Amino acid sequence: METFVDGIAWLFDSANWQGPNGVAVRLVEHVWLTVASVLIACALAIPVGLWLGHIGKGGALAINVSNVGRAVPVFAVLSILILTPLRFSVWSTIIALVLFAIPPVLTNTYVGMREVDRDVVDVARGMGMDGGQLLRVVELPLALPLLTNGVRLAAVQVVATATIAALVGGGGLGRIITSGFGRRDLPQIVAGAILVGVLALLVEGLMELVQRRFDPLRRARRAESRAGSDAVAAVTGS
Amino acid sequence: MPRVALGGHAATLADDCILRNEWVCPAYVVSRRDDLAAALGEHVYITVVALALGTLVAFGLALVARRWRRLQGVVLGTSTALYTIPSLALFSLLLPILGSLGAAGLSATTVIIGLVLYSLTILVRGILTGLDAVPADVREAAVGMGYSPRRLLWRVELPLALPTVFASLRVAAVSTVALTTVGVLVQHGGLGNLIDRGQSSNFKPEVLTASVLCVVLAVVADLLILGAERLLVPWRRSVA
Repeated sequence: METFVDGIAWLFDSANWQGPNGVAVRLVEHVWLTVASVLIACALAIPVGLWLGHIGKGGALAINVSNVGRAVPVFAVLSILILTPLRFSVWSTIIALVLFAIPPVLTNTYVGMREVDRDVVDVARGMGMDGGQLLRVVELPLALPLLTNGVRLAAVQVVATATIAALVGGGGLGRIITSGFGRRDLPQIVAGAILVGVLALLVEGLMELVQRRFDPLRRARRAESRAGSDAVAAVTGS
Repeated sequence: MPRVALGGHAATLADDCILRNEWVCPAYVVSRRDDLAAALGEHVYITVVALALGTLVAFGLALVARRWRRLQGVVLGTSTALYTIPSLALFSLLLPILGSLGAAGLSATTVIIGLVLYSLTILVRGILTGLDAVPADVREAAVGMGYSPRRLLWRVELPLALPTVFASLRVAAVSTVALTTVGVLVQHGGLGNLIDRGQSSNFKPEVLTASVLCVVLAVVADLLILGAERLLVPWRRSVA
């Protein structure tokens, strides 16, 4: 238990926050790697997912990419990238992060598009909407909850993957843990682990808020349930 | 000519792709098969023990969550929060609990406990979903036939929940195999140890061979569990 206290004390020592290997630098590194990778993954995966979902093809690809992503170890991909001409550049890390962020975004976007009620799509077509309008006005808003869920999963995944980059000499908060191992400094290891854990939980919470904001049907659903309970109240006379 | 004499040496010829440091190198697999077997053995051991323990604990937790509904939110919330914490941090946080940086901390046990904690999120959810999906009619019929709660669970609810339980077990197995590599942090990552050694000494065949073995192991685990499901849930075969 006292090691945890030592770890927290390590976090409150301002000396550990300064310098090129300090917490501040590593935290900024971790956050920008995460943001950049999630954005790149979204830019690649969302259009493909929307398009495959819109034309209703490539389902096996969109679903299986997630299974493959689960089976391939992050550490293996990072190690392989390090031995390519990319070497220890920041691109090795970013490519690995993007590769592991694509599956959840792609799969969720596709499933979100396919789960749009077929009747609604037919009605929209009957009203004379063309493919582009259908996608923009009907399918995309209805697929948005699952799409943002995919982005949330990707963000959490990337925060975790970015720590593993430290095992092969990449940047980010994982470095505090690995350098703690190098110096056999248990309080530093624990402090790094607490930082990484707190960051991951923060990102998860933040993305959950974003997800709720981006749910266009939330207000409608709430109004509906209120109307529903009013109706029940009217019927039962309570 | 000395060149011919050298070339005539079978070992030198076979070792060529090792010397050239090529990604794909059968000679590496042959000459380091003992290393590969040892790493694979550790990988399988860690994965199997973690999955077995994870399944047992998950069943216990799922039954507790079903018996006391109020605990369900706590159980699901805690396991989801644990899943959010990156593996590198989770393994590290187990160190002070297991006894510092000594032999106890830097052991396969640290990795196994971490992996058990991760598998819980997937397995508890899968078991609860499976049990909750049992049709109420079926349950009522069994109760009407005089089934005790325990018999109801073992004879009716669990068998009907098996397809969902197996689906979650497959997901847990595949991700456990992949996550085991991160155990290299405490020097017990199975094939991850070889990937680490190859990467730090710039030895391409070692990194690629160990990585491919990892993926193969995940696929084999997936297929084995699928096979077990076919055996244990025979009524599904006729449906599908």
